[in-house]
Amino acid sequence: MPMSETAGEAIRVRDLVVGFDERVVLNGVSIDVKRGEVFGFVGGSGSGKSVLLRTIIGLIPKRAGSIEVLGANLAVTSEAEHRGIERRWGVLFQHGALFSSLTVLQNVQFPMREYLRLSPRLMDEVARAKLAMVGLKPKDHDKLPSELSGGMTKRVALARALALDPELVFLDEPTSGLDPISAGEFDQLIRTLQQTLGLTVFMITHDLESLQTVCDRIGVLADGRIVAVGSISTMREVEHPWVKAYFRGRRAEALSRRLSTAPS
Amino acid sequence: MVSTAPTLTRAATQGRFELEAGGSWTASYANELERLVDAAAQGTRGDALPAINLANVSAFDTYGAWLLERLRKTGAEIVNLPERYRGLFEEITSADIGAPARRPGRRGLGSRLETLGRATVAMLADLAAIAAMLGAICVSLGNLLRHPARLRPTSVVHHLDRVGWQAVPIILLITFLIGGIIAQQGIFHFRKFGADAYVVDMVGILVLREIGVLIVAIMVAGRSGSSYTAELGSMKMREEVDALRTMGLDPVEVLVLPRVIALIIALPMLTFLGSMAALYGGGLVAWFYGGMHPDIFIARLKEAISITHFKVGMIKAPFMALVIGVVACAQGLRVKGSAESLGLQTTASVVKAIFLVIVLDGLFAMFFAAIDM
Repeated sequence: MPMSETAGEAIRVRDLVVGFDERVVLNGVSIDVKRGEVFGFVGGSGSGKSVLLRTIIGLIPKRAGSIEVLGANLAVTSEAEHRGIERRWGVLFQHGALFSSLTVLQNVQFPMREYLRLSPRLMDEVARAKLAMVGLKPKDHDKLPSELSGGMTKRVALARALALDPELVFLDEPTSGLDPISAGEFDQLIRTLQQTLGLTVFMITHDLESLQTVCDRIGVLADGRIVAVGSISTMREVEHPWVKAYFRGRRAEALSRRLSTAPS
Repeated sequence: MVSTAPTLTRAATQGRFELEAGGSWTASYANELERLVDAAAQGTRGDALPAINLANVSAFDTYGAWLLERLRKTGAEIVNLPERYRGLFEEITSADIGAPARRPGRRGLGSRLETLGRATVAMLADLAAIAAMLGAICVSLGNLLRHPARLRPTSVVHHLDRVGWQAVPIILLITFLIGGIIAQQGIFHFRKFGADAYVVDMVGILVLREIGVLIVAIMVAGRSGSSYTAELGSMKMREEVDALRTMGLDPVEVLVLPRVIALIIALPMLTFLGSMAALYGGGLVAWFYGGMHPDIFIARLKEAISITHFKVGMIKAPFMALVIGVVACAQGLRVKGSAESLGLQTTASVVKAIFLVIVLDGLFAMFFAAIDM
């Protein structure tokens, strides 16, 4: 249900600590993601971005801290409430995580079949419409995931994440492995969906262009904690060495020059 | 915001009919909404096309947008669509969903014949794949004989540990039990005509010639053959096999050969241990159940069996190992991209390996009978 009007936070993480055996990956992470915003999340490889995402959606246990998603503290909710929350979010995994024994269309229909009681015709049509929205041609709808290219896998995974029209979507590197044109379209698609559905997007990305064009706010993870949060322009003011290297490096400068000269 | 059931009501405004939409046009209500929309579409047929007023819709998502589009296709005009939903609706209306898929019917004699034909071809292809794998193994074995340095001893030892050493406890246990069961059955039935002493002959010959090697081979096919198939299959799925090939390495030499060699070394050893455990089990049962002292059991065993029986069993072992290894690796490398195919090939690997082991055993029985062994 669109709740763009509803104020408050979609995700609220406080003092989160996550570790494996001896190693502490996240040490006191606190972030807020407001409803209806696109929150981009960056950090070096291995800095724990995916760990944070997987902890928020409950795949990795936390050691300390609290996590609230869509107003519910997942540590204390009942099984039924938990399922209710899960129905309201969608997750795009880094490698797609499509069910390999189902066709593309069946993959998108899978959550619909589980959670909604729809007529076969409507389910077929909506699933095909969603696949068309993410840019898949009708001839690809009956393929198996093993027959898809990397970019197509990402698109199908996005369509599946959006199958139930969730309020919140988690995207783990949605544009990695896409060509720049597709990546741009993907960003645009996320923007459109975010505006029309009042979607909240939590997105891990390395793509500077995505950060500049679609993200309302950006969080930077380094050394197991959040070192900066803010819009792209505030990122350019931050003095943390990694943030500086990332947002004021050669690639970032070239990109911002290109974006500022391009007719908008 | 509270979501409410969707509505679609007829209202007359300014002298013309209008459909007034309200409530949540969202996924949760998609089922009711579809009924409303289809009923409305039926109702408009023949009439002057009404306008649909969406000013009062409180929530709207792709499901609602799709159903609105369905209504619009009947010719209805859309008015007062709130601005914030317009982008989504336009996105949906431009979606090209293609023609509804026609699934080819699968009925009748023709399609059954087709299924039969496909199954036959698949079976032949399977045999061909096994033969090809055997050939590939022979070729890389030949290469190995010319360049012995290309053997991968670490890999062989690693697999030997897994398929040989780690299999010892379960093999000993199973063959021990089987030996005991054969002895018990023998004593029970032979006793009726006072021939219980001959149970020693039966246990000795049966275990050494047939049961020992057969049970061990079946156990190994289930235990190690399946793991070979699953390993190679998931490597194939994740393109590891292709990576090897592009580095100029032969997957058969790197992956298959060490596994098959390990099996060929391990299976005779396991057969020996298994046969001994079965004889031990038979002896114990003869003692406690049949009242035959171990000294007598061993003395009778010496008379009953000869080294020939032992040889017959042991000669078969490496060939059975080869069959298990070839089938497991051939099936593993035939895995396609899906998880389902991995499961299918693993099942096929075990079933075919056991089947071929038994067929091979039969062929050996004829061979040994022909040469009087």
